Amino acid sequence: MTENVLSGWNRKIQPPAYTPDYKSSRARSPRQPLIKPNFRTSETDGPVFFQGDLGPNDNNLLCNFYHDGDPIGERILVFGRVLDENGKSVPGTLVEIWQANAAGRYRHLSDDYLAPLDPNFGGCGRTLTDEDGNYSFKTIRPGPYPWPNGDNSWRPAHIHISVFGGEFAQRLVSQIYFEGDPLIPLCPIINSVPDRPAINRLVAKLDMDASTPFDCLAYRFDVVLRGPASTLFENRLEGN
Amino acid sequence: MSGKPIQTVSQTAGPFVHIGLVTPQAGFEVYENELGGDIALPDIPGQRICVEGAIYDGNDEPVKDAVIEFWQADGEGRFARPNANDGFRGWGRVGVDFETGQWRINTIKPGPVSEAEDTVHAPHICLWIIARGINIGLNTRLYFDDEKEANVSDPLLSIIENPERRATLMASSKAENRYHFNIKLQGDNETVFLDI
Ligand SMILES: [Fe+2]
Repeated sequence: MTENVLSGWNRKIQPPAYTPDYKSSRARSPRQPLIKPNFRTSETDGPVFFQGDLGPNDNNLLCNFYHDGDPIGERILVFGRVLDENGKSVPGTLVEIWQANAAGRYRHLSDDYLAPLDPNFGGCGRTLTDEDGNYSFKTIRPGPYPWPNGDNSWRPAHIHISVFGGEFAQRLVSQIYFEGDPLIPLCPIINSVPDRPAINRLVAKLDMDASTPFDCLAYRFDVVLRGPASTLFENRLEGN
Repeated sequence: MSGKPIQTVSQTAGPFVHIGLVTPQAGFEVYENELGGDIALPDIPGQRICVEGAIYDGNDEPVKDAVIEFWQADGEGRFARPNANDGFRGWGRVGVDFETGQWRINTIKPGPVSEAEDTVHAPHICLWIIARGINIGLNTRLYFDDEKEANVSDPLLSIIENPERRATLMASSKAENRYHFNIKLQGDNETVFLDI
């Protein structure tokens, strides 16, 4: 078959649906095996977004919910590159993030954590990757927060990230964690991932070279989308 | 990075996914232009339809915090193309209603999609479902129960051997141009999910 069918999810490292230590997964995990088509499907295409869809401050969480000042918290740059498993950049793709404020509180109708909201922080951003697949967000470092999983469960500080890629089948949501956070090994959501190196790759690394003196530190987080499966032609090039 | 890059692993979208993907539903606004509400703008030709339904978990409780994305062809079976900025995006997303547990989209009915080697897929909409408790996004497809002939020869439906399971992918036509499609994450009548 010469069709370019996307390489699959690597189930050895991706979290399974049912991970009972993360209680919410118990009743929300399908039990029947997934059906795998062996032919090209509609999910090989995917939506396209344009610069005109976005506003100029959409990727700056320090000012996109401005009311009367800057948000409280540690100013950071979160940046990286979106690429595929062949190392090819994914340009012009939509990246969206959302997060709690510095106190660990989400601006959301359903979040009733006692920590305060920040009047100058909304907590969402979006951007398109540039021609080399690069993206960046200015934001504040989110705080950890408690959640009703066990008697005393706390999420490590994290930023939720959503990435499209060129094909609907590549659609991914994940979470960005921060180097050195002692809550990481305790978290059942992180431990849903059965592979230690894969967990380590969810941890953004401090990058002093990308920081701005007297302004903000920088954390690097690359996103690798699945695929594309190597075609016959590419196999020959690589000699495998 | 040494060696071949390895795919990033998925993590649940969590209960506050609305902040990032359907911001007004979280209770505030940041973006001038919300994405996802226009699968097909009103001037796109085709049969205008409304599809609605609910998502249930393994305990038959409605999943009220889920977000669903949709991807579909136009009335003639063509997907939106990178340079065809013509009002047909073919993509949308909704958050399930916090109170009622229902979701609804307005779109056009997709046409049959021709793929290589003379295979024709029956009219369908691709769905991707994320929520708290879903570790990796769930892909499924919605077909239309009034497309009986096309459904019989659809290649995806054909590889689902059990007719009861196949039926979980059928939106039922309730009234003219209105369809109903429930999603069941687990248990009896569990929806067929795809490994695409
Ligand atoms: Fe979170």
